Parts: sequence; structure tokens; C-alpha cells
Amino acid sequence: MHIPDGYLSPVTDGVMLAAAAPFWTVALKKVRKTLNQRTVPVLALFSAFSFVTMMFNVPLPGGTTAHAVGGTLLAIVLGPWAAVIGISVALGIQALFFGDGGILAFGANCFNMAIVLPLVGYFIYKLISSNSAASSPRRLLGAVLGSYAGINAAALCAGIELGLQPLLFHTSGGTPLYAPYGLATAVPAMVGGHLLVAGPVEALVTGLAVFYLQRSHSTLLQADTQAKGEGKRWVLWGGLAALALATPLGLLASGTAWGEWGLDELKTMGLSAIPQGLQKLAEWWPAPLPDYGFPRMGAVIGYILSAFVGMGLIVFLLWMGGRWLMRKNASRMGLPASRNASE
Amino acid sequence: MRSEGFLSRNIAGFSQALESVIAADDLSREPGLLQGLDPRVKVASFLLLVVTVGLLRSLTLLTVLFVMVLVLVVFSKMSLSFFLKRVLLFIPLFTAVIAIPALFTTPGNPLWHIGGHVSITQQGLLSAAFLFVRVTDSLSLGILLVLTTRWTDLLAALRWFRLPALIVSIVGMTYRYIFLFLHTANNIFMARRSRTIARFSGAANRHWLAQVLATTLAKSQYLGEEVYLAMLSRGYSGEVLTLDNLRARRRDFLWLAATLVIALTLLWVNYL
Repeated sequence: MHIPDGYLSPVTDGVMLAAAAPFWTVALKKVRKTLNQRTVPVLALFSAFSFVTMMFNVPLPGGTTAHAVGGTLLAIVLGPWAAVIGISVALGIQALFFGDGGILAFGANCFNMAIVLPLVGYFIYKLISSNSAASSPRRLLGAVLGSYAGINAAALCAGIELGLQPLLFHTSGGTPLYAPYGLATAVPAMVGGHLLVAGPVEALVTGLAVFYLQRSHSTLLQADTQAKGEGKRWVLWGGLAALALATPLGLLASGTAWGEWGLDELKTMGLSAIPQGLQKLAEWWPAPLPDYGFPRMGAVIGYILSAFVGMGLIVFLLWMGGRWLMRKNASRMGLPASRNASE
Repeated sequence: MRSEGFLSRNIAGFSQALESVIAADDLSREPGLLQGLDPRVKVASFLLLVVTVGLLRSLTLLTVLFVMVLVLVVFSKMSLSFFLKRVLLFIPLFTAVIAIPALFTTPGNPLWHIGGHVSITQQGLLSAAFLFVRVTDSLSLGILLVLTTRWTDLLAALRWFRLPALIVSIVGMTYRYIFLFLHTANNIFMARRSRTIARFSGAANRHWLAQVLATTLAKSQYLGEEVYLAMLSRGYSGEVLTLDNLRARRRDFLWLAATLVIALTLLWVNYL
């Protein structure tokens, strides 16, 4: 997933560097607060570890080997912000000494592998394993699912960055100047490869390593239990907002999602007659926001607003459901509801 | 897979990494053209050239720039074959493979009909060439900079460019401990290989690898603490100081002016 220079335009590189910068600032601030004077030696050792991890060849069935990133493992043991710095430093040294990842593309590579990967991985790990004992199987499950999700989220970002290139940067004759494959090719290629091969490798290595840590170095897994969940919650909200802002990407895709055709589209697809049942059902549910847009508004703004409205609805429903479950639990255990809700 | 192969592959990987870093260190002490320049000037000029590579939209000019890099290689007392092997061997080759489908999938004027609906388009060919040449150019610039600059000088230059001292010292120490971990990992794999007489299943190897990973992680945690105590005992107060004895001379300014002229000329020829 290390993007070399030449695949991304310098403009994209600049944008990605700017996107990564605030994360680095926050990470440094957070890490200095917890590590104090230890910051330099502890982070240096972990960066070195992260570098060596990325060099390990993992044996795969069929006689081949693959590399793992190990970003989620670092985030689990060190906390997400130290992982951000550790992986960034390792990526910088890789780019300089081995040409693994470009110099201009450093920001983009860090954004994908040193920011999105550990933050997503850690968030899911925390979601599944919160408040469990260090030896709990929930930790293991969290590590496996978190690392799988983290590396795929990073691959998705890389796919989008690469896929935008031919769309945005080409000559007047239509020759792509940088990465030549559009979103429709780059995203499935990147994500597919990671869903099927690199993702399982990462999940397997992370899971086994956490399993081993649970048995012989369980103190390392307890290190982050005293951290309050409060501070990390903004990451979730920030991620959701970023995803919503990225929804115009959906407008770039041509056609309709597979299986979501409207009646008029079905006709043009060579279906000579519309099944009667389908026609009846189609009229039965008038969507409040047809085609994800608000009337009399630009397509992009309407699309983004729809995303926010949709997410707001989902979040509201989940929150109501959660409260209801908590009340039920609390009453069963004979505790006042307010105590549980504040956790 | 056979455990032999997997262990050897890892050992080969570690020693290759160590070797290439040591080679870089040796070359940066040779009395060549680029080695004699101030690292700040070198960092600035190479960054300028890499950005130029990113902005150029002509295959001819990108090739001209690559030839200039090769001339610099010769003037910096490096063998061309060593340099070309180091640059071309992996990433540009990989890029060439990646670019092959683009020959056929990029819509445009058909250049060469293969059969059926498949043909190589002019746009596809150009686009693949752009990707390959640009990747090779940028990579050769980056590698040339690292091969001709001592690591400590490079860090001092980055510090001069206002990279926070905290980051600079973390990067500097990381580099030092990468050696240690590479050696440690190498030893672990060597020890394992020398004790292996049977074949292990892939699953057993993966279990073992994860165990090595977890142990190394735990080790780095303890070592970080020990290093910190060692630093404390030598008077470390948490404040980071860096040595800065860089001095630019006339040839540094000449070099900077020359790269600026070259970069601007290339861009001017391209865009006018």
C-alpha cells in the first residue's frame, strides 16, 4: 500500500499532507502529555519496532509470503496516538532509505497507513473490548476485527486517492498523467486485494500476537484501560463527518448501485415488461428524499445533506435503542438507570 | 510452505536492509560532487527537483531529467550499474507490471489492434510511459540524496527547516534502534533455522512468527524504559538539543542556483 511518487499528482500530495498534519499535532500533544520526558526514547523504540514489523514475511498457504503493517497491534498496546507517530516515523525512514513509498507522497501514505489504519483499528478494538479483562476473548475478537477493518479502511483511502487521479489530471487528449485507473477500477482493486489477502494476514498476525500477549505479557494490554473513552469519541464523530463530506464521490460513480434500479432504468436494461408486483410495491413507499436530494438545491449539497440526515436518523435510533436496553438491564440488576447511562 | 524457505526469506530480507543502509553510509563519505555539498542546500534542491518531476507533462523532459541524475551519479563517484540496480530493480518494475492493463483499458485512439474489441490505445501507451518514467525519476532523486548524505547531516538539515526538535530526535534514535531490532530479528530467525530439522506447517510458522512479534514488542517496551533511565542518568532533562554546525559555502549557492535554473527551464519549456 506504499504509494510511490509519480502515482499521485503533487496537488494531491499537498492536500493529503495538509490532511495528515492536524492528526500529527494532536498525536504529539497527547503523547507528550502521557509520556512526559519518556516521549523520545519510548516512541523511538516503538517506531523502530513498527519498521521491523513491516519487514516480516508472513508465510501464506501456497508457498508465498506477505507483509503485515501491524498498525492496529501498535495502537492496542501503545494507544492510538503513539501508534500514529510510530508508524509515521517508520514510513518516513522507509521512504528515504528504501524508496518504499514516495517522498512527496509521504503525507498520503501516512494518512492511509499511520492515521486511518490505527485509528479505525483501535476504535473497533475498543468498541468490542471495552472494559473487559486483559485476558478476555473479547479483546482477541476486537483485535482481529479491528485490524481487519483498519487495513481495509486504509486500502479504501488509497484506492480513492489513486482512483481520483485520471479523473482530475489528464491531458486534453485524455491521457492520464498519473495513476491511470479510475475509481471504478482502483477502489475495487485496492479493497479487493485487502479484503481477501492482506486483510486476513493482518488480522491473523494481530490476533495471534494479542493472544500471545494475553498469555505472557498481559500487563502490556492493561496499559490503556485507565484511559477514558470520552476523549476518543470525537474521532468517531470526525470520521462520520468526513465520510459524509466524501459522499459527493458517490455522484462520480455512473449508473445505479447493483440491484437498486428504478422502474424506468429496468426498462432500458432490456427488461421488456415490469413485473406487476414490483410496480405495485414501487408506488407503495414514497421516499421523503427521492434520489437522496432536496428539491431546489445543488446536487452535491443535497447529497451531503441527505447523508447527514440519514446518519442522524441512524444515530438517533441506535441511541434510543441503547438507552432502552440499558434501562432494561439496570432494572434487572436493581441499579438506578442513571449510573449505567453515565458510563 | 516449507519452513526453510520462509525462514531464509526473512533472514535475506533483514540482511539486505542492513546491507543497503551500510552501503549508503559508506557512499556518503566518498569525496564526490554531491557529498561535498551542504545538506540543507541538497535537501532544498532535491525537493525542488522532485516537485518538478511531479509537474512536468512531457516524456522527453522527464527523460532529460533522468539523464541529468545519471550524470550526477557519475560525478558523485558511484558506479552506474550499482545505482541503476538499486533504483530500477523493484518499484519501477512493479509499476511497469501495474501499468500493463492501462494500455488496453484507457479509452482513446486505437494504435494497435490485438483482436476482438481489444486494442492498445495511444492514450494508454502514453499514460503507462508517464507513470513509469515519473516513478523512476522521483525514486532515483530520493535514492541519490540518501546515498550522498550522511544520516546525521540529513537530520540536521531537517532541523534547520524547522522540523520540531522532538521529531528530529525521535527519528534519529529510531534509526539507531532499527539496526538493533534488525540484528535481533536476524538472530531469532537464524537460531530458529539452525534448530529446525523437520518441516513445519504454515500454521505452526505463523504461530511462531506472531510469538516473535509479540516478544519483540514487549522487548521494545522494556528497552524504551531502560534507555530512558540510561538517558536520565546522563543528565537528560526531557529537553531536546541538537547540534547545528552547518555552514554553506560558495559552491552550495552555485549548486542551488544551478538547480533552480534547471527546474525553471524544464518547466518553462514544458508549459510555454
